Amino acid sequence: MQFVSYSFLLFLAVVFIIYYLVPGRFQWMVLLVASYVFYLFSGPKYLIYIMVTTFTTWLAARQIDKLKKQQADYLEENKKTLSREDKKSYKSAIKKKQRFMMLAALLFNLGILAVVKYTNFAISNINAVINLAGGQPIEFVSLILPLGISFYTFRALSYLIDVYRNTISAEKNVFKFALFVSFFPQLIQGPISRYSQLESGLFTSHHLNLKRVSFGLQRILWGYMKKMVIADRIVVGLTTMTADTAAYRGAYVLVEVFFYAIQLYADFSGGLDMAIGAGQIFGVTLPENFERPFFSKSIKEYWNRWHMTMGSWFTDYIFYPISVCKPMLNLSKWSRTHLGPVLGRRLTVYLSSFAVWLATGIWHGASWNFVFWGLSNYVVIMISQELEPLYRRFHQKFNVDGSLLYKVFQIVRTFLLMGFLRIYDCFDGVITTWRMVGSLLTTGNWNILWDGSLMQIGLSMTDYIILAAGILLMFIVSMSQRSGSVREKIHAKPYTVRFVIWTALFLAVLLTGAYGIGYDASNFIYNQF
Amino acid sequence: MDELMEFLEDLHPDIDYETCDTLIDDGILDSFDIISIISEVADMFDVTISAEYIVPENFNSAQALYDLITYLEDEG
Amino acid sequence: MKHIRILRRRILRFTVSAIVICLLLFLLQRLLMPKYSVGTQDGAMIAEYYNDAPKHNLVIIGDSEMYENISPLVLWENYGINCYIRGSAQQLIWQSYYLLEDTLRYETPEAVIINITSMQYGEPQRESYNRMTLEGMRWSTSKVKAIFASMTEEESFWDYVFPLLRYHSRWNDLTEDDFRLMFSEEKVSLNGYMMQVGVKPAENVPEGRPLADYTFSDVSYQYLDKITKLCKEHDVELILMKSPSLYPYWYEEWDAQLKTYAAEHEIRYLNCVNNDEIGLNFQTDTFDGGLHLNVAGAEIYSNFLGRWLQNEIEISDLRDDGELVQAWNSKAADYEEKKSEKYRELSEQ
Repeated sequence: MQFVSYSFLLFLAVVFIIYYLVPGRFQWMVLLVASYVFYLFSGPKYLIYIMVTTFTTWLAARQIDKLKKQQADYLEENKKTLSREDKKSYKSAIKKKQRFMMLAALLFNLGILAVVKYTNFAISNINAVINLAGGQPIEFVSLILPLGISFYTFRALSYLIDVYRNTISAEKNVFKFALFVSFFPQLIQGPISRYSQLESGLFTSHHLNLKRVSFGLQRILWGYMKKMVIADRIVVGLTTMTADTAAYRGAYVLVEVFFYAIQLYADFSGGLDMAIGAGQIFGVTLPENFERPFFSKSIKEYWNRWHMTMGSWFTDYIFYPISVCKPMLNLSKWSRTHLGPVLGRRLTVYLSSFAVWLATGIWHGASWNFVFWGLSNYVVIMISQELEPLYRRFHQKFNVDGSLLYKVFQIVRTFLLMGFLRIYDCFDGVITTWRMVGSLLTTGNWNILWDGSLMQIGLSMTDYIILAAGILLMFIVSMSQRSGSVREKIHAKPYTVRFVIWTALFLAVLLTGAYGIGYDASNFIYNQF
Repeated sequence: MDELMEFLEDLHPDIDYETCDTLIDDGILDSFDIISIISEVADMFDVTISAEYIVPENFNSAQALYDLITYLEDEG
Repeated sequence: MKHIRILRRRILRFTVSAIVICLLLFLLQRLLMPKYSVGTQDGAMIAEYYNDAPKHNLVIIGDSEMYENISPLVLWENYGINCYIRGSAQQLIWQSYYLLEDTLRYETPEAVIINITSMQYGEPQRESYNRMTLEGMRWSTSKVKAIFASMTEEESFWDYVFPLLRYHSRWNDLTEDDFRLMFSEEKVSLNGYMMQVGVKPAENVPEGRPLADYTFSDVSYQYLDKITKLCKEHDVELILMKSPSLYPYWYEEWDAQLKTYAAEHEIRYLNCVNNDEIGLNFQTDTFDGGLHLNVAGAEIYSNFLGRWLQNEIEISDLRDDGELVQAWNSKAADYEEKKSEKYRELSEQ
């Protein structure tokens, strides 16, 4: 079921009514049933996958938790008789069992993800090698890719690892855990929430709070505006250009960079607005996923503000564990004594960052495009990290720190850099992408920017006016957001003003949204990840 | 403690570690800094701060970090 | 007390807001919906039916082969048949059925003529045609069922319930007419007849290309069965008709199937293709080279049809109904006026 569909709105209304009619202690069950119904509409075959993941992670976490309890009991009972060494060896024996449980469930579920998502990617690479050797290529397999599998697998695994790390205790009720994994607003494109963030929201009873519900609806409406007015409209022009790499090169690539950056942000953050808004309607606070990323002054900052829940997942569950594992610490010690303090201190960080960005790239999609995209981010971040002392000296010398103009320069620079990195998504190969970016310098067709050529890519003057208005609105809201919640600010205004604002936004979406017959781009870009 | 302070000041000379207790919440220390601290601590105190202890509460102030190290020394 | 006052204020506020929004949406919808009477007139007749007094003794249901080819005025003036054509562009057989259901809600005519050209289509064809047939229908279970039976894959039921959703982007193409005709459309037809006056002789009429399978689809038969049954239930004389248009080609295999069907179900099937009795001349009586008849042709064909109805089913002559006579007198005046106006336009071209 798509968020942008009549059926979703109807579904939401029905779930809403039932949710607030049943007694509080049954509310979470309503959400669980609703979530599975929601997923069922997306494809009945997917259900088995999410159920397997739910059950295996739940079971492993339960076992880990039981071992934890067993250890506590044992230590308590034998407090007096055990020596420090005894305790230590008992603990490490338990830890070993727990680690086995954790790893088994982790690898099993990552295995499922890898098989359904990456088998054909692997086969295509093997075939490339076979081709060189002149052998018979392997046939591709047809596997179904359950919707949102990357998102719910990551959610389940974060829970598993958190239980193993003892930061949360395991959920005894498998159905409650199933709700955490499948909660429908975040099922398909995130956010990748943590169990500790959702637990209280999901499992306590909620009274109907009109302010909260209307805030939720407002957030959903705002999401629809981003998605339907901006993303689904601009995508028409974008696909026209990217579909024909022979005709649209040179300056068009620059246009594509802008279009894609805007489309991706409006599409993805709009979808998240809908998800978070839907959560809010049910009294469940989902974590934020974006914090005005296009206002970032560096790539590193950008990645702290874009798809934040994914970024923090990779930091917590890949970057830190790799960085602080024994071999890495030893390596760090060795490098600091042998490679000098600067490089020595950074070697391990660079290695674990490499792993993170490789994983980020692969997570986004099974193709070399994404791998290169991830690693390009890595290279850019590392270079800017290395250049930082240089920057600092430059800032001091020219006294530009804090000047508005310099800030704007940094923001524009980051936007362009990110835009160009992202363009990997738009073309069907790494080489094509490089060639297209290269054509920017060699084609010299800058006149297309003003000679009316941009009217020939499936967007009319009306479309451009709507887009400009939508983007401007998005910009104004972002600016206003810096000093606090925009919805709160509007809420503080007299009723008539509020009414006019929200009705106007509603009508704007209704009339200028790109939906219905003739528009079929309403699949969220991030669904497939 | 002194040794630790010295290292931290080296990392960010402009921060007053005696008073600041929002090192993570305000984004003063980033993930790279945290790794530097952990590898340094591993040398100084012979304690390993494993990933499960990397939570904001343990890194928000120099005192919290020192408390963590002391705890891990006892436990370890 | 204070509590109750606040609550009452809130409820009032909410009610007023809801009314304002509904009103806004209603006005927008009226404004943005296409105005068929000044645009594609083929979509206007279904709605016009409801404005005519439900005293018809003949109702004709079908596509352009009906509403371009038959002149109800001739049927009235020469035979006293008060007829209405419920026609719409490319009307499908299940749409004909639901229009029949809809009609029987208002009146029970002596006879119903169904155009069976649409038997060849077993599935929805185009959204725009669906719209032209369905939008004019008043809401009823028949309309709902007609929508579900007709929707192409890309369509949604809600787009019919709230046409605003379908036409939301038309604000860019609004004309003065859209404002003028927001609440009442102009009348375009005479009892469902769309008059054409041009002449384009039929030349080189293409022969039908052989088909792989001539059997009508199960769906088509299913609805034909339903039509037959409904007419029997309401004691309405059912006539299946193929109008004399030269093409789209009407295959002998199709003709044979309908002959068999009619015989089996004891209903009448009137195939007018290449029927010399009618007296049509496809050099002068068609405005589009044999697809449809112009007014001259329609009048000739209507005379034939009136005669046939009188002879075959002894349809009653209603010319003794004062009210109807009056109504038709004014319709006749409109008709003649329209006709001379159209001829004038034609000669000016």
